[in-house]
Amino acid sequence: MKPENLLTFSDVTFSYDGEEGQRVKVLKGVDLSIAKGSFVSVLGHNGSGKSTLAKLMNALLLPEGGKILVSGVDTKDGEMIWEIRRHVGMVFQNPDNQIVGATVEDDVAFGLENMGVDPKEMRNRIDEALLSVGMEKYALAQPYRLSGGQKQRVAIAGIMAMRPSVIILDEATAMLDPQGRQEVMHLARRLNREEGITVVNITHFPEEAIDSDRVIVMENGEVLMEGHPAEVFSQVDRLQQAGLDVPFVVRVRHELIAKGYDLPFELHQEELVEHLCRLLLTR
Amino acid sequence: MLQNIAIGQYVPGQSFLHRADPRSKLLFIVLFATLVFLGNNTITHSILIGFTLFTILLSRLSFTYILKSLKPVWFLILFTVILHIFMTKGGTVYYQWGSFTIEEQGVRQAIFISIRLGLLILFSSLLTLTTSPMDLTEGLERLLRPFGRIGVPVHEIALMMSIALRFIPTLMEETDKIIKAQTARGADFTSGNLVRRAKNLIPIAIPLFISAFRRAEELALAMEARGYRGGVGRTRLNKLQFTWRDVAIAVVAAALTFVIWWWRT
Ligand SMILES: Nc1ncnc2c1ncn2[C@@H]1O[C@H](COP(=O)(O)OP(=O)(O)OP(=O)(O)O)[C@@H](O)[C@H]1O
Ligand SMILES: [Mg+2]
Repeated sequence: MKPENLLTFSDVTFSYDGEEGQRVKVLKGVDLSIAKGSFVSVLGHNGSGKSTLAKLMNALLLPEGGKILVSGVDTKDGEMIWEIRRHVGMVFQNPDNQIVGATVEDDVAFGLENMGVDPKEMRNRIDEALLSVGMEKYALAQPYRLSGGQKQRVAIAGIMAMRPSVIILDEATAMLDPQGRQEVMHLARRLNREEGITVVNITHFPEEAIDSDRVIVMENGEVLMEGHPAEVFSQVDRLQQAGLDVPFVVRVRHELIAKGYDLPFELHQEELVEHLCRLLLTR
Repeated sequence: MLQNIAIGQYVPGQSFLHRADPRSKLLFIVLFATLVFLGNNTITHSILIGFTLFTILLSRLSFTYILKSLKPVWFLILFTVILHIFMTKGGTVYYQWGSFTIEEQGVRQAIFISIRLGLLILFSSLLTLTTSPMDLTEGLERLLRPFGRIGVPVHEIALMMSIALRFIPTLMEETDKIIKAQTARGADFTSGNLVRRAKNLIPIAIPLFISAFRRAEELALAMEARGYRGGVGRTRLNKLQFTWRDVAIAVVAAALTFVIWWWRT
């Protein structure tokens, strides 16, 4: 059975108004589809249009040309806009600028309040959502006292409470320390695996993309590459031409090969280490 | 540097006053203010003073700490007292110096007015000392909700207040960072005359404003992404709950009203 597509972009274009009133084309005919339940990473240089892509997915922006379907619903359908935003949750880069509530539970409640959920039902959903991100002990805490990783987890709880089908992380780990980054990535992976939430992770860290089902590389408003991480990251030269980093393991192998060593392609450190050890022993 | 500024000066605790519903406390203060101005003789004022002392005990906060709340208005009280002593005439003349007199009514009014002002300030600071700003906002929103029907933007006001509360610590932290960064570049915020110091604040204010606007823009986007569309059709997480404490407050309110009404002349 063919996996069902949750999000489809067909020939989507988008422009912003530039400084002198002219239109600046930011997306130049993007075609892509994201399967239900998958974990997709989006890589791309600064200004390549990743955030614009994300904002189009939950109707914060509407396409200029082409069509975007969320579970079969056109994002241009004005009546469905709230339903689309409930389905497609979004976590932004700066944890401080997306928390609305003065306490953690107030913040998680925010989306539910917007939806008009019954206050009694709200209580259950908040507790459930906080539990699912492991922040249940902090329900009454004030957000500014939390670490960056914890704040992002609260933001995710606020989305989870709305029972979404997709969570888009728009560089949600960019401002976090390594530990916070790990917390958030672990959580995203777990929600994807255990709760069947589709995850779109927009990131600058190629490392975060290694274990995704699919990687999409954006360049200059277009999809440059797309496919399984192994497929995408094996084209090191092409990625580096686009000004993008590749995962550390891939880079190490690439450079060793250039020095004349023979190593198979690997994405994970343990495997590369094993190959290297074997190489050492057989010399 | 900024850590010492108490916000809303709320002192967390578990006393009767801390745990009473903010709506009852707000309503009670309105009633108390009315009673304070209804009282017009020694007995009613004594009753009100006694009641205030009792309430302070009930809050389990330190007495001196609460008295500190009178500090900023000390001058106002003194000014009113002086005004009344010299301007209000009537009754026995206590002191005369040329056309200038201090008379019985003047002294009486001066004492009453300063008691009234003092009590009102003590009582309202008891409210802010025992109620978290969040509960206070929520209590206000609930009480004002009926006015929404006549066009008062209750939801917007409440949302603005709670977002402000949410961002005060964030912006404080940021101010601290900016001050340190500018100090590291050689800025001096602690010396010079007033004009100079005010001028020195500009390199703090500008980055702070720019960042506040950027934050506001991002927050608005994040709110929209979470389905915010104004107050219509919105529900609220129900956190305020009347308990036996609020019944007790209602009974005390009724009793106090009766007593003051009975003894006033
Ligand atoms: N509100 C806006 N008005 C005008 N131009 C914009 C606006 N937002 C983005 N742009 C421009 O659109 C282009 C794509 O921006 P976008 O934010 O989608 O890039 P991005 O891939 O998310 O970059 P980054 O990695 O920096 O987040 C950039 O050239 C940017 O300058
Ligand atoms: Mg971006």
